[in-house]
Amino acid sequence: MLIRLLRNYLRPYTTLLLAVTALQLVSSMANLYLPSLNADIIDQGIAKGDTGYILATGGWMLLVTLVQIACAIAAVYFGARAAMSFGRDVRSAIFHQVGTFSAREVSHFGAPSLITRNTNDVQQVQMLVVMTCTMLIAAPIMCVGGIIMALRQDVGLSWLMVVSIPALVVAIGLIISRMVPLFRAMQTRIDLVNRVLREQLSGIRVVRAFVRERDETQRFAKANRELTGTALSAGRLMVLIFPTVMLILNASSLAVLWFGAGRVDSGQMQIGALTAFLMYLMLILTSVMMATFMAIMIPRAAVCAERIAEVLDTQSSVTPPANPVNEVHAQGELEFRAVEFRYPGAAAPVLRDISFRSSAGRTTAIIGSTGAGKTTLISLVTRLFDATSGSVMVDGVDVRELDPDLLWRRIGLVPQKPYLFTGTVASNLRYGNPEATDEELWQALEVAQARDFVEAMPGGLEGPIAQGGTNVSGGQRQRLAIARALVRKPEIFLFDDSFSALDLATDARLRAALRPHVKNATVVIVGQRVSTIQDADQIIVLEDGEIVDLGTHQELLETCSTYLEIVQSQLAAEAAA
Amino acid sequence: MSEQPPAKDHRVLTAPNRPPPRQFGGGPFGGGGMTEKPMNFGPSARRLVGRLRPERAKLLAVLGLGVTSVALMVVGPRIIGRATDILFSGAIGRQLPPHLTNAQVVAAARAAGHANVADMLARMHVVPGQGIDFGALATVLLVALALYVASSIFSWAQGYLLNDVVQRTVYQLRAEVEGKLNRLPLPFFDKQARGEILSRVTNDIDNVAQSLQQTISQLLFSALTVVGVLLMMFLVSPLLALVALVTVPVSMVVATQVAKRSQKQFVAQWKNTGALNAHIEEAFTGHDLVTVFGRRREVEQVFRERNQKLFEASFGAQFISGLIMPAMMFIGNLNYVAIAVIGGLRVANGSMTLGDVQAFIQYSRQFTQPLTQVASMANLLQSGVASAERVFELLDTPEESADPVDPSLPAEWHGRVEFEHISFRYQLEQPLIEDLSLVAEPGQTIAIVGPTGAGKTTLVNLIMRFYELDAGRITLDGVDIAAMRREDLRSHIGMVLQDTWLFGGTIRANIAYGKPDATEEEIHAAAEATFVDRFVHSLPDGYDTVIEEDGSSISAGEMQLLTIARAFLIDPSLLILDEATSSVDTRTEVLLQRAMAALRSDRTSFVIAHRLSTIRDADLILVMEAGRIVEQGNHEQLLAARGAYHRLYAAQFRGAVDELATESSALATAIAGRP
Repeated sequence: MLIRLLRNYLRPYTTLLLAVTALQLVSSMANLYLPSLNADIIDQGIAKGDTGYILATGGWMLLVTLVQIACAIAAVYFGARAAMSFGRDVRSAIFHQVGTFSAREVSHFGAPSLITRNTNDVQQVQMLVVMTCTMLIAAPIMCVGGIIMALRQDVGLSWLMVVSIPALVVAIGLIISRMVPLFRAMQTRIDLVNRVLREQLSGIRVVRAFVRERDETQRFAKANRELTGTALSAGRLMVLIFPTVMLILNASSLAVLWFGAGRVDSGQMQIGALTAFLMYLMLILTSVMMATFMAIMIPRAAVCAERIAEVLDTQSSVTPPANPVNEVHAQGELEFRAVEFRYPGAAAPVLRDISFRSSAGRTTAIIGSTGAGKTTLISLVTRLFDATSGSVMVDGVDVRELDPDLLWRRIGLVPQKPYLFTGTVASNLRYGNPEATDEELWQALEVAQARDFVEAMPGGLEGPIAQGGTNVSGGQRQRLAIARALVRKPEIFLFDDSFSALDLATDARLRAALRPHVKNATVVIVGQRVSTIQDADQIIVLEDGEIVDLGTHQELLETCSTYLEIVQSQLAAEAAA
Repeated sequence: MSEQPPAKDHRVLTAPNRPPPRQFGGGPFGGGGMTEKPMNFGPSARRLVGRLRPERAKLLAVLGLGVTSVALMVVGPRIIGRATDILFSGAIGRQLPPHLTNAQVVAAARAAGHANVADMLARMHVVPGQGIDFGALATVLLVALALYVASSIFSWAQGYLLNDVVQRTVYQLRAEVEGKLNRLPLPFFDKQARGEILSRVTNDIDNVAQSLQQTISQLLFSALTVVGVLLMMFLVSPLLALVALVTVPVSMVVATQVAKRSQKQFVAQWKNTGALNAHIEEAFTGHDLVTVFGRRREVEQVFRERNQKLFEASFGAQFISGLIMPAMMFIGNLNYVAIAVIGGLRVANGSMTLGDVQAFIQYSRQFTQPLTQVASMANLLQSGVASAERVFELLDTPEESADPVDPSLPAEWHGRVEFEHISFRYQLEQPLIEDLSLVAEPGQTIAIVGPTGAGKTTLVNLIMRFYELDAGRITLDGVDIAAMRREDLRSHIGMVLQDTWLFGGTIRANIAYGKPDATEEEIHAAAEATFVDRFVHSLPDGYDTVIEEDGSSISAGEMQLLTIARAFLIDPSLLILDEATSSVDTRTEVLLQRAMAALRSDRTSFVIAHRLSTIRDADLILVMEAGRIVEQGNHEQLLAARGAYHRLYAAQFRGAVDELATESSALATAIAGRP
């Protein structure tokens, strides 16, 4: 997955990457050349007392250094460019893909997970690309180059590399492989600590009301102890790395000197070459060390890449029609014809055999217990889901045949969770109708019983709305969401349990004000309170995904026992007594 | 409804020496505290250091071990230099005729006009004709090996101890913050966003831990190394040491310049990250709305712009901060060249041995790296102190008033509550409740009705002493609640909140939340009385079913029932109920009503009521509007008064009740006939 992702999204930047490789190659070679020049200073200059040679070689070294930094900087430039472009493109691809998703795919992943995938996960992979461009590429070049240069100095000592490089890799690998499970455990323990705290914070009233502060503190202390214990173990392993690496590096250099001494003494090697060999070995070991550290980024990036690929490979279950119907004549007519909906692989359908009709000026209410399928039913109209059999018709055309933009333009949705966007009251109200005038906004607010509090808000229409609408109360949010749908002036209104957070009086006033406003539209109201829905032209009683009964309030009171039960529970406790 | 999400968030695996992924709010995609500058760096840093005081002894040991380890390590190159000298002498000596003395060779060289060579040879212990002295070499190398081994052991011991110190300190800090949360007054939590507090106790403490661990160990190591290496360099060759010393200010300037510029870029990167993140979050959370309101194109347009901005900022940040490595390497290389040349010249004229130059090159390599580290540590340190500051800020928040030293208790708990001229306001300029008096006799039900934001919740919170009165007093069975310990007061009050908070644990533990020592029988009795028992039996694990954090294992109505059972179990003398407005299905609704009724029987109850039945049955109805009680009385009285209550009643129950009343007797029979 990681490789596929990298291949696909780095392809446009092949030139940049090639440049990075070339530059790192030159830069590494320059770095490697310096000890060799130094060896010349010793062997040719010092040993022969040739001051001129020393100076000339020194100048040469300076030049090499300059080349090195120029290449290194250019490599960083191109590398950063490639990596960041990669990140940008992947983010863009994910975002676009999610945009095409239907509600089913979004709920399948969950919005928080999608957000993480689009941000953090991309960041992880991007980090790997950055590190690769700046360090990981250089490591093998350094390593191979170092080995070649070292061999050029003296082949006889090369067996030392065969010993020390694996020794280093094995030592670091052993420590890190033990650390990985600990880090994993640490992450779950951190999660636990956070969860306990989050619970304490969100349930602070309950904690205090039930006088459980002490027990909560103990619960936290336990989580804290466990976390600290794991962090201690992980930390103890971590502090092993540095001394171990240093010891291996230093011991190797001593070995070079000892075994090199024999070869110098027998005249097989010069002193300068020995010094250079020493430098090369250090360079090689350092780059091996770096590469090992970097390598442990790969598994993590691979997990992230998998999660990214999962999103990119998911096809939306709702696809726009190939030959969309672009024109319809009738106004706001809604019909369900023997509609069934089931999740793929699910044993029982969420909805089955749903048939009803509604036309402009009529209100259809849907009542039923949680999980009866009310929200799903509404989502079939907006094509957040598509029916698995039967058809949903708007103005006589199957919604799957309609141009999606045309369909959506006709619908005003007030979702169960009245989400508001960052911005102002006005920007939220204009969400579905950017051209609406201020007057129209006020009108909608008035109907939605939101005029008073919007007027009282600092800034009025331009009053700020925080992300999700968290700076207004649940009831206010719901009223703004209703106003937002009203501003759209649609032909079909879908209210999904949109009055639940309103107190009784406001609910009543709102519905009264709404009535004249929607008289030319089809209205579908999902509700729980009988008072909210009793005036509807038809009430659908939904249970376990099926229509139990359909009729007016009066009719249902007489014929439908389920409905009667609902009424009884809400209104008639005292009437029956 | 929805299927299992395909994969949980994996946030594992941390590279050593790199901060682990932050939980949220932080990290590259949270715009957390990384770049925030502390307001008072000095005092906050001192206070952070002060927190380490209990570990003084260990810290001293850490320092001692660190100094020893660095000292041993720093001597290393010098000894290797000796080894090089032995090699060099041997190599030269082997080429000289064996019958001459060193002095003769020097003289010969000088005579031959090779003054340089003569000087060099004069400084060396060359025995003409003799090769490398392997005995001496072995000794030197063994000493070096011993030093290195010892140094590594000391370094490890130092890290080990430091790790303990830091972890223990962080443990303490975390425990202290958690303890603090329990002593903070509730208004504090109302004013602060939950995420913001949470982020302080999690992200910020994590960040402090990271910074402490990394800055202490690396600063210590780097600083000691710089000093040690410098010392050795001066010992070996003052001239070359001066040359190397020039790199100190140069590296510092380069590092700080780069840091300053990249800092700016990083700030821009976090800012743009935050903006993009916010946009993604909104677009995905409001996905349905975006789709149905036909805003995909606009949303994607905004995304593209922000994504491009983020790209530019992060490219800048990455590039500029990426310069530090090559720059430092360049300075290191310049230094290397200078030492090679100057050293070479000095060896050639005999004022230095080759081994010394060799040692020097190694020293200069060890010199630039810790310098870079110290420079780059500044950022980490700053972010750590900024986090510490936020944690300290929390720790410094004023706490709830202490419980009275000499607490009183009612002789007997009957549940008589009296409000005597109480006033309360959240903000000074905005009175919320003014001069309110009322009496609730034992066993009475007080229904509080009124529109959202009228102050209903505030009123009941005052009884719990979640907020403190500004004037007047509330007595419970004749005793001022402010004279009681909060614990005593609250343990006699049962509370059922609209927000059904349950903690992640079994159903049994959740029921027994207010009475951890409850017997199994008591729990079952409470569960049966409140209709919890029924649905628990249908769960595969019964009372051992674990409530998930998001409450996905049971329905909303069942959660409400559980909170009622929880209050039932503690058998309180006073009840506070906040009826849920959120909708549950019909059958659960009936159960809820009955459970509430069971809970209320024979107890004084304050109910924030939304249901007509509750309101009508109440002994006293308080009608609140804009923080005031505008009417009080029972249902009939208030209806007759034709005031606020009448309006409310008419608005909501108009029609439905009339219809029901006029329904045929058949309907009445039908209803009565139902179980």
